[in-house]
Amino acid sequence: MNNLINRAKELLENKTVQVVIGYEAGPTGVARPAFITDPARAENLIFDERCVQNLAVYLTKTEVKKMGKMAIMATLPVMRSIMMLISEQQVFAENIVVLGISPERSLLDIADIQVMQRYIEKSDLGNPVKDKELLAGLNKLNPKERFEYWQKELSKCIKCYACRQACPMCYCTRCTVEVNQPQWIPVQSNTHGNMEWHILRAMHLAGRCISCGECGRVCPVGIPCHLLTMQLADQVHNYFNVYAGTSDKMSSVLSTFEPNDKESFII
Amino acid sequence: MSDFEPKVVAFVCNWCTYAGADLTGTSRIKYASNVKIIRFPCTGRIDFMLLLKAFANGADGIIVSGCHPNDCHYTSGNFHAKRRWIMFKELMDFMGIDMNRITFSWVSAAEGAKWADVVNTTVARIRDLGPYVSYKELVNKSVEEEVKNE
Repeated sequence: MNNLINRAKELLENKTVQVVIGYEAGPTGVARPAFITDPARAENLIFDERCVQNLAVYLTKTEVKKMGKMAIMATLPVMRSIMMLISEQQVFAENIVVLGISPERSLLDIADIQVMQRYIEKSDLGNPVKDKELLAGLNKLNPKERFEYWQKELSKCIKCYACRQACPMCYCTRCTVEVNQPQWIPVQSNTHGNMEWHILRAMHLAGRCISCGECGRVCPVGIPCHLLTMQLADQVHNYFNVYAGTSDKMSSVLSTFEPNDKESFII
Repeated sequence: MSDFEPKVVAFVCNWCTYAGADLTGTSRIKYASNVKIIRFPCTGRIDFMLLLKAFANGADGIIVSGCHPNDCHYTSGNFHAKRRWIMFKELMDFMGIDMNRITFSWVSAAEGAKWADVVNTTVARIRDLGPYVSYKELVNKSVEEEVKNE
């Protein structure tokens, strides 16, 4: 932990970066994102079990970009998000210093993108274990039960779009749901429209989801919508042997193709 | 149930399947009249949302068809479409939406007979499955929900 604070202070003092994105304790004891520009404030940085938010979501925000070069506290999902954003040219490697954090909560020495890539490659890139179990459970049901399950879950959706806001990959400044000519997704909440929204979201994240589970975690009504994107992340690996966010040069799964992509349902 | 006539919407590409369907007609091959054809510039243009909207507006079945791989007028549109459909199919299966109601096929401009066959088998299958009641109920319920919320 002290390593992290010292490193952040050092980066800010010698002006390698202008802002350190990390976590600090809020007044009520919750961890909140911190944007530290003053070396003296680096001591506020914390990292413990409360720090679960995927901070990579801030990298694409204009307000944060304006601050200059950034250092960011990054666990594995955050590193994969950064990788994905670099491969989609939303952020640039030379503008980011990664303060990698190992699963044991110690500071990793991530000098550049190549080091980060090697670290990501030797990590487990599948879905988190608890979500794997949920997915396996759902996949065991018959289609009718699954349809009912999702109908029940999605009827709760209040269309707050927290799932979109929390997702580092959902960075479009003009989302399909804000477009009203044509109106693809109804503005008001109803089960059918909610289902269309979640299908749309999952499809737009196919091959891009890095399985951080933020969308499900932030849902105020507890819809496990991360399972939709995680199922597709599984299938992307199954069909195309790709894990999202493993290289800064990877091309998007749905905008590239292999002539011999295998499928069995097209007659 | 016996007087149920399936409504099938076909999303086809302009260069292969649409021309293929034209050939079916000029060859005087008879096929089920339940299908309503919508012409697209390319299969790569067929957004998955259009398929959902077709179901929402009362379709019981859908056909999506385009050029055979390597025959795309725009070189690679159908390859992109193929990847998208693979993902779409997996997501639909996961959400419990009936993929038996959607036929994906490659029909070239020379395959008039194949087009008739694709339409006939799809319509026969949908006739067996009956109207897509569960999806229609979902849509109708949403209308009720709106009234209730107002």
